[in-house]
Amino acid sequence: MEILKRLYYKRLKKKNSMKDFAPSVKKSKRSFWGNVILGLFLLAMAVAFFFPVLYMVSQSLKPMNEMFIFPPKIMVQNPTFDNYRDFVNVLANTMVPVTRSLFNSLFVVVIGSIGHILLASLCAYPLAKYKFPGSKFFNQIIVYSLMFNASVTAIPNFLTIAGLGMLDTQWAIIVPGLASTLGLYLMKNFMEQIPDSLMEAAQIDGAGYARIHFTIVMPVVKPALVTAFIMVFQAFWTNTGANFIYTESQKGFAYVVGQLASGKVAGVGASFVGISSASSVLMFAVPLVVFLIMQNNVVSTMATSGMKE
Amino acid sequence: MAASKISFKRRAQLTLRDMKRAIPLYIMIAPFMLLFFVFVVYPVLKAMWFSFTDYNVLEKANFVGLRNYQKLFLEDKTFITAIKNTFIIAVIVGPGGYIMSYLLAWMINELPHKVGTVLTVIFYAPSMAGAAVYSVFAMIFSNDSNGYLNAFLRNLGVNEAIKWLSDSKYVMVVVVLASLWMSMGVGFLSFVAGIKGVDEAQYEAGAIDGIRNRWQELWYITLPNMKPQLLFGAVMTITGSLSVGAVGDALVGFPSPNYATHTIVNHLNDYGSIRMEMGYASAIAVILFLVMILCNGLIQKLLRKVGT
Repeated sequence: MEILKRLYYKRLKKKNSMKDFAPSVKKSKRSFWGNVILGLFLLAMAVAFFFPVLYMVSQSLKPMNEMFIFPPKIMVQNPTFDNYRDFVNVLANTMVPVTRSLFNSLFVVVIGSIGHILLASLCAYPLAKYKFPGSKFFNQIIVYSLMFNASVTAIPNFLTIAGLGMLDTQWAIIVPGLASTLGLYLMKNFMEQIPDSLMEAAQIDGAGYARIHFTIVMPVVKPALVTAFIMVFQAFWTNTGANFIYTESQKGFAYVVGQLASGKVAGVGASFVGISSASSVLMFAVPLVVFLIMQNNVVSTMATSGMKE
Repeated sequence: MAASKISFKRRAQLTLRDMKRAIPLYIMIAPFMLLFFVFVVYPVLKAMWFSFTDYNVLEKANFVGLRNYQKLFLEDKTFITAIKNTFIIAVIVGPGGYIMSYLLAWMINELPHKVGTVLTVIFYAPSMAGAAVYSVFAMIFSNDSNGYLNAFLRNLGVNEAIKWLSDSKYVMVVVVLASLWMSMGVGFLSFVAGIKGVDEAQYEAGAIDGIRNRWQELWYITLPNMKPQLLFGAVMTITGSLSVGAVGDALVGFPSPNYATHTIVNHLNDYGSIRMEMGYASAIAVILFLVMILCNGLIQKLLRKVGT
């Protein structure tokens, strides 16, 4: 144990000596045993939380005869990619080419996510940092809007979308999704932390609100933008739009996969169990990859260093 | 108050002046606010109006006054059960999930960046995987002696298989556990991002001022610096834990045995999507809305005390 401890401190020293060139930042002392307990606890929690995902992946690799074993086994015995092959085969034979539904989804996800971040962040900045007639009212209803159950608002929303002539187009998914207040509220809360002096300085230099927004506010709240992006990406990606889109060629990938997963595709038979597990892994993998790429970019933004009031 | 002494006309003039100054700000919020009012505020107001009618989607809505609310509290015994169940779940899953999210986010921040990212993904994964997760819970809590929990208990000497998913005595435990499992959602992500945003110089200053270990650092520096994120997390927790319903549907089925896990949202979906009594469902939504606003007010008051 002593050796481990010595190694640990040696590594720490090395790390710190490399930091000498950067402005020195000293946190309060971390005790060795504190780190060990923390690490073990996190490891145990990680195993518990990762379990469902592990099961999902293992399930998708099971050959047909293992799918129906009783009692069920968690881990696959003879992993195979058969389910993924079946999944691709079924997709290749759909009436509307799968590239079309993939394109539809891509259109919705890209326009929707970027549009939402842009519009919502533009709205969040004035609400977070300035007091003007009506700002308090807007702030209040944004919080309250998060608390109303969406299933009873579905019918008025349907009528609005129909009235705007957006039925059976991708816009029926995109436009209402742009108005999601969750991302706005998140960004607004992060923006409240930006010190006023930072913006006053820019204003003295002659920058307008829009310029401050894009050059100062957005970079400083990057962690919040990333989190909001992940949320909205996931929402658009999994939205099947089943209530609004009826023409097959207008439907998105999430809808097609949803049909497969529920076994509603003719000529697939019992193998839909395997296809469905392969498809749920794929549906999950896309936001996961986006998440990993984005989350890796969330490093402490040092922009506000020493400016906290 | 000085403000009340100013005449109405003068006040209107001042407001107008402020509004003129804020024109660029209004332009910035306009696009989102327009969409927000059309797709969020208007449907909510409409649903509130439905709650005073007998709207059933097919026929024209007739105004019935407070009859829906009267029926809910005086005649609908299932609704009272639903309120009770919702509160049991919310009281455990709400604070439990909130504290767990915060502590895990904080611990992640103690680790190297890459490891932290991977752990963030792992904890968020059950919320991201959606419905696919339920089959795992179903397997663990399976009723027969081959369910993982039952097999584990048998090894400990409990010989009778417990019907976790159909005995009304136990279903609540299962729903609470599964909800906790999935409670590391958006609030957790905002905590992770928020902790990273705390100014490093403050820790440095804190170390000089005599903060000795990370626990003191957590209480005196990290927490007070994260009030906006704590608030966001609280709103997410309130809305999430009071609208638990899908977990019960997926694991225990609808309706749950003896209504043992019947929640307000289950009740709402029963009337809204199955019986198509939209007026009655809207009344339930309005009540849930009011409960959430009340909880939010209470928790905001509590959070203001953090670090003081």
